[in-house]
Amino acid sequence: MSHLVILPVILPAVMGPFIVMVLRHHLSLTRIFSVGATVALVAVSLMLLAKASTGAVLTYELGDWPAPFGIVLVLDRLSALMVVLTAVLALIVLLYVIGSRWDARGQLFHALYQFQLMGLMGAFLTGDAFNLFVFFEVLLIASYGLMIHGGGGTRFRAGVQYVVYNLVGSAIFLFALGTIYAVTGTLNMADLAEKVAALPAGDSALIRVGAVLLLLVFAIKAAVLPLHFWLPATYANAPLPVAALFAIMTKVGAYSILRMYTLVFGPDVAVTAGLAGDWLLPAALATLALGSVGILGARELGRLVAFGAIASVGTLLVAISMFTQTAAAAGIYYMIHSTLATAALFLVADLVTERRGSAIAVARPMPQTGLISAFYFAGAIGLAGMPPLSGFIGKLFIMDAARTDPMMTTIWTVILVTSLITLVGLARTGSILFWRPFDPANGFEPRAEEPEEEDNHPTWVMRPHPRTLPFVATGALLTTLGLLTVFAGPVMSYAQATAEQLFEPSAVIDTVLRRP
Amino acid sequence: MAGIGAQGLDSGKNILTHMGKFRIERTGGIPLSLFLIVALPFLGSVLPALLIRAGRNSAYLSTAAVTLLALVGLLLNAPAVMRGETVTARLDWLPGLGLNANFFLDGLGLLFAGLILGIGLLIIIYARFYLSREDPMGQFYSYLLLFQGAMVGIVLSDNVLLLLIFWELTSLSSFLLIGYWRHLPEGRQGARMALAVTGAGGLAMIAGMLLLGHVAGSYDLTAILDQREAIQASPLYLPALVLILLGCFTKSAQFPFHFWLPHAMAAPTPVSAYLHSATMVKAGLFLMARMWPVLSGTEAWFYLVGTTGLLTMLIGAVIALFKDDLKALLAFSTVSHLGLITMLLGFGTKAAAIGAVFHIINHATFKAALFMTAGIVDHAAHTRDIKRLGGLRKLMPTTFTLATVAALSMAGIPPLNGFLSKEMMLEEAAHTVWADYGWLVPTLATLAALFSAAYSFRYVAHVFLGPVRDDYPTEPHDPGAGMWMPPALLTLLVVLIGLFPMAMASTLVETAAGAVTGGQVQQVHLKLWHGMTPALVMSIIAIAGGVVLLGAHGWLDRVWNAMPRPEAKEIFDALVGAATRASRAVTDTLHDGSMTRYGAILLAFVLALTGYAWFSGTLAAPTRRTMEIAIIPLLGWIGVILATALVVIFHRNRLVTLVLIGVVGLVVSLAFTYLSAPDLALTQISVEVVTVVLMLLALNFLPRETPLESSPMRRMRDAALSIAAGLGVGGLIYALMVRDFAFPTISDYHLANSYSGGGGTNVVNVILVDFRGYDTFGEITVLGIAAIVIFAVTRAVLNSPVRAYLLNRKPSEPQSGDAHPMIMVVATRMMMPVALMVATYIFLRGHNLPGGGFIAGLIAAIALVMQYMASGFSWAAERLRFPYSALIGSGVLVAAATGIGSWLAGKPFLTSAFGYFHFPPLEKFELATAMLFDLGVFLAVVGAVLLALESLARFAWRPGIASEFPMDINPAREVEETTAEEAR
Repeated sequence: MSHLVILPVILPAVMGPFIVMVLRHHLSLTRIFSVGATVALVAVSLMLLAKASTGAVLTYELGDWPAPFGIVLVLDRLSALMVVLTAVLALIVLLYVIGSRWDARGQLFHALYQFQLMGLMGAFLTGDAFNLFVFFEVLLIASYGLMIHGGGGTRFRAGVQYVVYNLVGSAIFLFALGTIYAVTGTLNMADLAEKVAALPAGDSALIRVGAVLLLLVFAIKAAVLPLHFWLPATYANAPLPVAALFAIMTKVGAYSILRMYTLVFGPDVAVTAGLAGDWLLPAALATLALGSVGILGARELGRLVAFGAIASVGTLLVAISMFTQTAAAAGIYYMIHSTLATAALFLVADLVTERRGSAIAVARPMPQTGLISAFYFAGAIGLAGMPPLSGFIGKLFIMDAARTDPMMTTIWTVILVTSLITLVGLARTGSILFWRPFDPANGFEPRAEEPEEEDNHPTWVMRPHPRTLPFVATGALLTTLGLLTVFAGPVMSYAQATAEQLFEPSAVIDTVLRRP
Repeated sequence: MAGIGAQGLDSGKNILTHMGKFRIERTGGIPLSLFLIVALPFLGSVLPALLIRAGRNSAYLSTAAVTLLALVGLLLNAPAVMRGETVTARLDWLPGLGLNANFFLDGLGLLFAGLILGIGLLIIIYARFYLSREDPMGQFYSYLLLFQGAMVGIVLSDNVLLLLIFWELTSLSSFLLIGYWRHLPEGRQGARMALAVTGAGGLAMIAGMLLLGHVAGSYDLTAILDQREAIQASPLYLPALVLILLGCFTKSAQFPFHFWLPHAMAAPTPVSAYLHSATMVKAGLFLMARMWPVLSGTEAWFYLVGTTGLLTMLIGAVIALFKDDLKALLAFSTVSHLGLITMLLGFGTKAAAIGAVFHIINHATFKAALFMTAGIVDHAAHTRDIKRLGGLRKLMPTTFTLATVAALSMAGIPPLNGFLSKEMMLEEAAHTVWADYGWLVPTLATLAALFSAAYSFRYVAHVFLGPVRDDYPTEPHDPGAGMWMPPALLTLLVVLIGLFPMAMASTLVETAAGAVTGGQVQQVHLKLWHGMTPALVMSIIAIAGGVVLLGAHGWLDRVWNAMPRPEAKEIFDALVGAATRASRAVTDTLHDGSMTRYGAILLAFVLALTGYAWFSGTLAAPTRRTMEIAIIPLLGWIGVILATALVVIFHRNRLVTLVLIGVVGLVVSLAFTYLSAPDLALTQISVEVVTVVLMLLALNFLPRETPLESSPMRRMRDAALSIAAGLGVGGLIYALMVRDFAFPTISDYHLANSYSGGGGTNVVNVILVDFRGYDTFGEITVLGIAAIVIFAVTRAVLNSPVRAYLLNRKPSEPQSGDAHPMIMVVATRMMMPVALMVATYIFLRGHNLPGGGFIAGLIAAIALVMQYMASGFSWAAERLRFPYSALIGSGVLVAAATGIGSWLAGKPFLTSAFGYFHFPPLEKFELATAMLFDLGVFLAVVGAVLLALESLARFAWRPGIASEFPMDINPAREVEETTAEEAR
């Protein structure tokens, strides 16, 4: 009996309460354990990836109850990939948080962080629809805690909106699950796949409502227009390193859509035909457009990157909502890229914000401008999907996959035009932040002109002690983008194999339901 | 891309081949050098950035060395290319997409790579002496090498997607170079404009290249170049052509996209000389030449490319004459000459293509030299304004000589090289018919040549000739050798190519033109004297007219300046500004932070989609009979509806709302009881009690009423949406309840296996702790996290200025004064052991009868909460000796440990075990691991409730709030009353 599959959930689930119980008064001890647990998580996830990359499907029946009756965890290529992505991102962001001492600005950051990881890992690994709901709750409540970490009026206000909006989503999730269970009598995803495919036509109205409600919940999580309203304020007002971790959160929604709408409500299922692609593709295009417009119009750096997150989700869902194997493979590649790129730019945004405030306006020159501007340049290239970083390759893949789609012209146009808008917006921001010189006539009086005698009582100056770890972490995240570019070939073949597995789910279903 | 090429070569080779995905091939020439040539500038770009710390010369020499090395690598391959071979190097990168790091070197590539690296080397030398001490030279050379690498990548790519990558890289790296002088607003704006225009073109080209590859079935250039017929016959030919040309035209500053180039002149002069004469702007020309074999020869090609080139040539020349800024003059002359080459390529004949190739060489030589002399003048006189210059001939003789030779070449004066290629252009123009108008092209071409001659003369006459002035900003003088040597070298080439064209350039032109026109290398005859041809007549007209125009320049200049002209920069800025403002308006209006509006949009969207889903499906007739309506459920139903309606009416009064919500919860728990679900009823009612208590505590810190926020219209909207949503949910539930499951449900299994497999007869509890114990594990974690979050929030609030407000808070209404009523204190203390006993009982019986850890936890929590309520927080807290957060942690850990315990038995997480034991005198009883799990649930619930309570109570804390007495009656009460009476 290998317990490897459940370790990504158990590890943070034990570390979280352990920190609460034993370590809560010892910040440095907490850091050691938190990093240790996350490193272990990376190791475990890599082992899982190695197992899944052979094409094997691993299941884990909790409580030893056979599949449709108990809860089952399923590890396939897609979930293994998501687990690795989350673990790697989490480790880098954690190092950044520790380096920038963000974790000392509020209570119990590391416990909440571990709980957040538990929620993410649980959501990616579960093979049960209701269990997915449970882990959505875990990650929602933990993310709320992380989001308001450090406090402050604006942050609390944004936090309330975030949690209320997502609780509405949770309620809809329950309606969806209730409906689906009341029709099919099961909640195991593999079992649902069989039941829904065999459903009599007379029940189609009910299952369609259930299916579309479920899709809407995932669309809320993924922040698809017009269900994205929670995102900009949340990401912009969260501590920016936390927002970097949240780059994976919208992907939970995208992942769930990809999972449920290939396995259960796949494109070939008659009763739920035409529910997803018809509106999701236009909505995704609109999301992409809004994201890029938001980037161009942003007045604050955090908000700019938040809209970048929206745009990247839009691009990702364009790929997913074509519901073809090649498009899904392109989407999976782009998902890796956009998660890392968005997170990287959030970290850069934090480096900048910590030094000169969040407004995109002229301000006093900040320390370490050179390295930060280089990071911004690289991150912006990643976010805009320009060469040579992986975003460009991802976009090429998506456009290539759209060639057979009836909406090809629209898709291409939107992707290219939004790339341009994003590029213009990022170039404008970058040149204001890093190039435009500080002009005392602009109303900002430089501190140097203050009277000399104040030196005895030094006022607080925005010049944090330079720490290395945040730069190392940001650089590491940008390096992952480079690696993703260089090894695009192997990554893409993994993505293609993943898409193949998704669109040929019979092997997964048979394994879960223990049939030869 | 380049980086990979290099990696594949040395360190990474084993790994890459190991993956079985990468394949490296090469044919002809010097092995590996193509990858190296492309990779060197990229790898080398790190050197100047680092070595600048060792001094400016180290940075400069390392840059020069890198470029020289790449140039040598290129020249080693030259003999093979001149023999007509093609050197290739291939590295499979993304075979799935068709994007591979394939490079090839043919005549055209050799020509361009030679220009890029050769002129690059001269620019690097020039820049060393041009840049001042304040300029960060390391950055400059790094950017320059990045740009150089990208350019070399473009001209050597054998894969259009790879070419696209380098293409956009040139846009990005030139952005850095143009904005190099970041303190200059023109530099920043010019950089952004260049990036926007060329970036946009590049994006259009992505689409074009994808279409082209789609038609050709491959993204490899060599494969595409073979498919002329298939491509031109395809319906996608025209869109692909237009999109690719958009990329080329924007990059090569063709009308109407020419406007970015002059603004990019804000860059340091070495950058202008390099990017805007020899390299980047030639990338568009390169691509048109590269694609010439497949794309040219059609009407669309002729009219699009030929006409654009002609117009650009003319417009650029005219504007150039009236520019007073030396670099602006040169910029527009560049635009004009780029138009000339574009036009030649557009003609689609082989002779024209040869002319184009030849002029590319010539233009690169004289224009780079001219830019450098302009830089020297700027450097020496501290101005580039022609109106402030003149008479420099005597002060700067060396510069004067160089500038004059180069300018005369630009004007097309024999025997310089500009004359040769201009003759070829006029010759081709002379017999090109544009839509039946035979006179059109020759006339316009002559006119453009005329203006071209005029501005070239002006560059010499108004800057160097004339009297020496006494009002230069500084005293001009000739520069050191480092600055004049590079242009001198180029000027020498100008003269030599002009005098001995066959010896100097014919082989190169032959191979390059052969590559453009598709393989056959024909004899090229380059000579000064062709006899009295129409081209010569046109040339004479142009030169004579140029002299006349220069004479009339003063008058023409006034007319020109009086004329209204569209100012490209203003239009562009207005467009970008408008777009930014529009974006702001859109995002700000959409995201105005109104929660009710977000909610309304959410609901409306959900309703629309579910409505669609519902009505596009089919619904069979109900399979279940509805029950008779009995009087008791009817009363409950009315009660719920009434309470809900009252909530809506009194929603602004927080307390009333809370009470009414409590009523709803109570009726729901009654309904559970009525429908024989005692577990649910117990849970519901205990949850209800705890939440109401916590909410009451929270309400203590809020105003009694919520502010009036919604307008009547909005309330109407919200009402409509809520009613629709409520009816929808109700209808859905009704539809579900009158139907049976379509398949046997999993709950049958649960019922059958609850006792035998789970060891309990209470299926609800067995589901909670066993069948779906993992869900419960997740949920108690949620509960724990929620309490921790409350804790963290209160700490954050109390650490903020809000604390002062809380401490000074005056109750909005007079307090009873009886903070801890004696009767309540006594009652709760007496009930405490009883309540805990009940909790224990509920806990223990949970597995078989209604109850369990969750309910027991809530009951125990209520018992404790009562103590807090009755006796005050401080009193109770003193008597509870362990921290609540530890309670939560231990709860989750106990549950997890129970789950992990099953690993020891070789079973999955949370596998339960149970057994029956008999210790006399007790009766036989059951012990199950599930009870341990349930204990975890119990602890987590108690801890979560108490931590939430403690956190909220912290808000109320103020000094001296703790009473010394075990059951206090607020001693201050009497005092207060007396003072009140005294006051009266």
